[in-house]
Amino acid sequence: MATPIVVDSHPLDAILRADRIPHIWCPGCGIGIAMRCYAQAILDSGIPLDNHVVVSGIGCSGRVAGYMKIDSYHTTHGRAIPFAIGLKLANPNLAITVFSGDGDLAAIGGNHLIHAARRNVDISVICVNNFNYGMTGGQLGPTTPFGARTSTTPYGSPEFPFNFPYLLAASGANFVARWTTIHVRHLKRDILYMFGKPGFSFVEVLAPCPVGFGKLNYIAEGLDEMLLYKERCVIADGIPLDELGIDLRADQPIYVGRFVDRDLPPYKPVRLEDIK
Amino acid sequence: MTSTGVLVGKHFYQGDEACAEGAIAAGCRFFGGYPITPSTEIAERLARRFPEVGGVFIQMEDEMGSMAAILGASAAGARAMTATSGPGFSLMMENIGLAVMMELPCVVVNVQRGSPSTGLPTLPGQSDVMQARWGTHGDFALAAFSPWSPQEMFDLTVHAFNVADRYRVPVLLMADEVVGHMVERVVVPPEDQIPKWERKRPDPKRKDSFKPFLAEDPDLVPPLAHAGEGYRVHFTGLTHDEQGYPEMDAEIHHRLVTRLVEKISHNAEKIVRTEDHFMEDARIVVIAYGSTARSARRAVKDARREGVPVGFLRLVSLWPFPIKQFREIADQVDAFIVAEMNLGQMALEVERHVRRPVTGVYHAGGAMMPPDRILEAIREVANRGDTHRR
Ligand SMILES: Cc1ncc(C[n+]2csc(CCOP(=O)(O)OP(=O)(O)O)c2C)c(N)n1
Ligand code: SF4
Ligand SMILES: [Mg+2]
Repeated sequence: MATPIVVDSHPLDAILRADRIPHIWCPGCGIGIAMRCYAQAILDSGIPLDNHVVVSGIGCSGRVAGYMKIDSYHTTHGRAIPFAIGLKLANPNLAITVFSGDGDLAAIGGNHLIHAARRNVDISVICVNNFNYGMTGGQLGPTTPFGARTSTTPYGSPEFPFNFPYLLAASGANFVARWTTIHVRHLKRDILYMFGKPGFSFVEVLAPCPVGFGKLNYIAEGLDEMLLYKERCVIADGIPLDELGIDLRADQPIYVGRFVDRDLPPYKPVRLEDIK
Repeated sequence: MTSTGVLVGKHFYQGDEACAEGAIAAGCRFFGGYPITPSTEIAERLARRFPEVGGVFIQMEDEMGSMAAILGASAAGARAMTATSGPGFSLMMENIGLAVMMELPCVVVNVQRGSPSTGLPTLPGQSDVMQARWGTHGDFALAAFSPWSPQEMFDLTVHAFNVADRYRVPVLLMADEVVGHMVERVVVPPEDQIPKWERKRPDPKRKDSFKPFLAEDPDLVPPLAHAGEGYRVHFTGLTHDEQGYPEMDAEIHHRLVTRLVEKISHNAEKIVRTEDHFMEDARIVVIAYGSTARSARRAVKDARREGVPVGFLRLVSLWPFPIKQFREIADQVDAFIVAEMNLGQMALEVERHVRRPVTGVYHAGGAMMPPDRILEAIREVANRGDTHRR
């Protein structure tokens, strides 16, 4: 019998709640990769760990809050962003990151998302887009590509998905990027960039959910979806925003990159001394 | 104006304005809300006043967002509040439950209007009082108060923040349109006379061993660590252990929910407030709250002039229900009358706690209860002889 490899420490010990491992995610799930990038960005940020706060909603992606060894708030479905706004405005010194899923942020929380971007509140959002509601067993979500099968669209989705960069650019966000779980360096770099970026910033992370989404759509293993990203992704910062929609049916490119990086004034609570 | 912006002195305030001033006096510095009649004046006044005192006013996109925002602010250490009416109160139920589970203090003002649904936007009601008690899903306990005057809109707002902070619980101020829009004299006391109950805070020396949901004291309230203080806390709406970590376990769930309920019921004496008059010889007692209590007091006075031995008990707090106060008088009293602007909600609770006939004077809402209706009920009960049935 092989001797198990025992490690005394892990590079992320300072930032992960080791006492909560093993995590709940399935083999092949992409959320852990996205969390890894977030964790590394925090360590590289130079911002004291005590000032970092993570807020999640509900879903597999929303469980990230429970694994980060920083002040962490696992809120209700869809409400991570307004909760984060309260935290940020009550203590502007905090570096607040919302880490949640596509369904949480764009369906039940969609109204909060666009209004937070409109206000340009100084928070960072990491949105894991796995094209479905993973936690509840793989149902249709607001990012499910047209024609894709889920447990509630067994004949293929008759709906068109959100195009996040287009939506958020129109809403007023200062920074919008899209990467996938194979683009770990870009992803980490842009999460780090968001920490320093005033105003509302958002990164979409395409991630495999082999159990909820992949198995019904011929990408049964996490690795299959990684290979699909590798084949199809094109880094294309200059593409018009309305062409950034994701269509998995045809052999079409998936555009990734930084799509919005601007400096609209961030939200500031009204103070009398600023007016006089 | 003092440095903390409390406008000490005598004023002629509308109830909603008095509530806003009470919040400022209580040290509230975060308001997240969505406009709705008849509570809007609270938001409007705070939108003007908070920039003067360093508070954060934000108009949210809806009531779910408003509730979430005040909980976030509370988690960062602020005293935080929202204000609404029935339709918005329904939307807030979701995160009132989160406040219960995360034990995050906050104050929610509901200036009640005629309901259900959109109901009577500009006219009064008191029909959300059971929703206040049971509206969010699950077993839970919280505190709710019912002001009957602009002065109490001020005083009870202060008390609401104190109870919320002291017991880590959402507190509801269940006003009604009459009280919210009525204008009366309001005395704002000097700051050193404004009671302040503090949040229990963790001991920084024990940072490494701190368990954010461990209640070591007999009051069952764990100390509250704020975001950014280095405690690296985890808060979740899931059932959690004393560390705050999710636990899908029946025993842990039972223990947690029981503590959340008992931390209010065991401390009820410090939270509950009632006011009574003419109780020494009372054989009939009229129970009322909010604006209806103003009519009830008048009716009781008139009936006493007619020689009826009737007393008056006002529910200043609705929840927790003042069980002890009822037990104390139940032996002396022959019959109760409950007057309320709904079809008999608090009357259900009175019936639960007294073994005496309870007569209801109800109206679904839309207008303040006329004293004469209550007076008639007093006469009827007195004539029926409930008072001699011992
Ligand atoms: C108010 C409410 N409605 C429904 C649910 C059930 N629910 C839990 S997670 C979820 C969807 C999560 O999807 P997403 O945000 O994409 O996260 P994923 O699991 O895919 O990472 C739903 C519908 C809930 N918890 N609360
Ligand atoms: S269901 Fe999907 S998103 Fe959830 S853990 Fe499994 S693979 Fe990941
Ligand atoms: Mg998802």
